[in-house]
Amino acid sequence: MGSVNSPAITVLRKTPLNALHRGLGAKMVNFGGWDMPVEYPASGGLVAEHKAVRASVGVFDVSHMGDIRIRTGNTPGGALSAVQHISMNDASKLAIGQAQYSAMLYPEGTFVDDVIVHRLGPDDFLLVINAGTREKDIHWVRENTKNADCVVEDLSDSYTQLAIQGPRAEDVLRRLTDADLPSVRNYWFTHGTVCQLADTLMARTGYTGEDGFEIYVPSDRVTSERVWNAVLDAGREFGMIPCGLGARNTLRLEAKMALYEHEISDRIDVWEAGLDRYCKIEKPEFIGRDSLLKKKARDVTRTLVGLEMVERGVARDGYCCCNEAGETVGVITSGSPSPTLGKNIALAYLPPSMAAVGTAVYVEIRGQKARAQVVSTPFYKRPRKQSANRSDAPLASN
Amino acid sequence: MAYPADYQYTKQHEWVSVKGDTAIFGITDYAQHELGDVVFAELPKPGAKITAGKSFGTVESVKAVSEIYAPVSGEVLEANAELQATPEKINSDPHGSAWLIKVRLSDPAELKTLMDAKAYEAFIAEAGKEASA
Repeated sequence: MGSVNSPAITVLRKTPLNALHRGLGAKMVNFGGWDMPVEYPASGGLVAEHKAVRASVGVFDVSHMGDIRIRTGNTPGGALSAVQHISMNDASKLAIGQAQYSAMLYPEGTFVDDVIVHRLGPDDFLLVINAGTREKDIHWVRENTKNADCVVEDLSDSYTQLAIQGPRAEDVLRRLTDADLPSVRNYWFTHGTVCQLADTLMARTGYTGEDGFEIYVPSDRVTSERVWNAVLDAGREFGMIPCGLGARNTLRLEAKMALYEHEISDRIDVWEAGLDRYCKIEKPEFIGRDSLLKKKARDVTRTLVGLEMVERGVARDGYCCCNEAGETVGVITSGSPSPTLGKNIALAYLPPSMAAVGTAVYVEIRGQKARAQVVSTPFYKRPRKQSANRSDAPLASN
Repeated sequence: MAYPADYQYTKQHEWVSVKGDTAIFGITDYAQHELGDVVFAELPKPGAKITAGKSFGTVESVKAVSEIYAPVSGEVLEANAELQATPEKINSDPHGSAWLIKVRLSDPAELKTLMDAKAYEAFIAEAGKEASA
């Protein structure tokens, strides 16, 4: 058997829960310089973890994610103007207690990173960033907010971040907090006591395409382990299991959520990635805006599409895509068997002329061309919650 | 899972069980554990010639695809057809019903280069130590 994971050559960083993961028998991998659990074979492994999140609930250690707080110095509006300058979404539209998906861009309109911007106060923001781009992001934020009257704090090592994901996530977290969770809408957050920890941030966010919460607790090992264990205890009756980065990846792929260095990178711009709805080009100014405006006038040469394999084989990241004539037309950015759909799915950059649903695409898999077709995305969309008021439902006409 | 004492093993985590001039190949429990949920095995057809140390197929899991290397040279007599419908058997019974191919050996002397169960167990114990260092 060939080696699946390349050996670690650098010293890997560890989250406060590292020893606990190893104690649970997790299989560990190097993810962006972090020693992270990819799956927990003892509780069923990747597919079981994936299915637990879709059907009920699972918990992920996502403490490797970075956190940047931007607060105003002396001038009111300093932090807001800084966030507006470095991010493509419109943070001025955020209410206090609300979050938004956004991205930091290079002047070329390509990606520094994607971020979730939380508005903690009128002039107080928390940006949650990716693990592999932490240092780059923090440097970028500091460099590009120098002209604004704001204070930039790197809080990445201050928090242990747990993602409780799945349709029963609220039921689990409700057992651990006094906060009014049902009133917290998707992409909103609240503060409350969790496991006797006052003023804990609980955000209704995630990276799985399911309902769920991400909670931020102090990063000392004792507290981190205590909260992790309390979450698992509270989730036991719902069949909650610990979930690793493997399931996190298949879950986010089914939901067509971007992964840095795959669907988005410093070589891919916002229009190509299809993230237009998170890019408020009507905002007067932000880094990347001028380039994006110019590019908007031209047609993109590639666009992100969803593929489903028709012939046998799994399209993996980096595999070439060809047209009927055998010419290389694009590349796979992410691909995997989909545990929910029971099909092999992938995301790929293809010419817009090949983006129509049903278009045949051939993926080169170890020298063989396997047929795939363009399908609509996301591959998976969670069912809407049943309305409590049944009269909201449309009436059958016959 | 125990490593059968009458099998021989490679550093790439394949096993061989020899009877006369034929052998059965599979991947080890360690290998299936590293791969995780197996979704697909691509195996050669009967009549195919395989060479010791060269890839003869792939085993694909949700996470990754991995080449399988021939422990010894020979000609393929049969591929395990059951794995087409139930590749997950490679996870549950890697040393038994989830064998991969049957081969007629062309150079039985190559078997001398392989590890016995004891040596293989020591080898993976060492690999485990490195991984957790």
